[in-house]
Amino acid sequence: MANLSDMEKQLARAARADVSRAVARASDDLADRAAHEHLLDVAYTVLDSPVGPVLVAATRRGIVRISFGQGYDPESVLADLCGRVSPRIVEAPSYFDAVRRELDEYFHGQRTRFDLPLDWSLTGGFGRRVLERTARIPYGEVSTYRQVAAAAGSPRGARAAGNALGANPIPIVVPCHRVLHSGGGLGGYGGGLDRKEFLLRLEGVLRD
Amino acid sequence: MTPPPFQWFLDQHRDDVYRFLVAAVGAQEADDCFQETFLSAMRAYPRLRPNSNMRAWVLTIAHRKALDAHRARGRLPLPVADPPERAAANGAAEPDGELWAEVRRLPGKQRAAIALRFAGDLQHDEIGRVLGCSEEAARRNVHEGLKKLRTTWQT
Repeated sequence: MANLSDMEKQLARAARADVSRAVARASDDLADRAAHEHLLDVAYTVLDSPVGPVLVAATRRGIVRISFGQGYDPESVLADLCGRVSPRIVEAPSYFDAVRRELDEYFHGQRTRFDLPLDWSLTGGFGRRVLERTARIPYGEVSTYRQVAAAAGSPRGARAAGNALGANPIPIVVPCHRVLHSGGGLGGYGGGLDRKEFLLRLEGVLRD
Repeated sequence: MTPPPFQWFLDQHRDDVYRFLVAAVGAQEADDCFQETFLSAMRAYPRLRPNSNMRAWVLTIAHRKALDAHRARGRLPLPVADPPERAAANGAAEPDGELWAEVRRLPGKQRAAIALRFAGDLQHDEIGRVLGCSEEAARRNVHEGLKKLRTTWQT
């Protein structure tokens, strides 16, 4: 007859079993089922790109947040989305096939505009108007902080426009890299100035 | 205070929940119970109080889903064995499959208490909270279950 402690050891072995593969399989459909039951508020994934890893987060409405470059910190981005959008945030790479394709094409110089739905809910007021104006600057062209401020209704708001562009929650797709200093300087960039230069070079605005 | 991103919660607890469910309902039904558990958790998640014991909370939900599965199985005409392929695929989750099959034949509270203790790795006071009984009653259920297993299980 087995004694109690032997049996406890055998039972406890289950607690150390490696279940990672079975769990991965069981988790696979979770995001789909959650979306189907309207429980998935924010899906996200991390994509590879020539400017480093790019975190993309989307709500039912569209892309709500993109983050990459200097100081890239996906944990703090997700924590921020948790408070400002919803804590129901799940990693769901399969929801980002279109985003992955369009970004790939863009970085290969084969796409000059994005056809992706956007969720502007992390923006508001003047900042939102600045970003909406910025979204209309065509590929290969540039504008200035003063011009986008004026277009957004505040001709003397160049500095405020700069702040709004620096806080752009959806960089690349909302092309804040196309806004430069009136004096001809590059200005600033939330993702780091080297990334701004890279994107402007890609679009043919800057040449060697 | 909002809880952390759900994905972090899922990453932190999904192995424990899965092990508990394999122990409580068997490999065949574990996947579905697992998804049901985390869907329920997701539904209630934004209202979760800060400083909650999240592990005990999610295992409480898993325990309810396991009970549902047992009740549903009670209504089936015949008990179904794990199909061989599936059982083999889940082999890693059931190192002592036959012993755990014996556990699943125990009375409800003893079965749950043993699964929570050994697969969910909960302390007796947490098991009491999940089962809605005292720490002492939880300890007794684990003990009685082990005693009963001993009479049917030979090493």
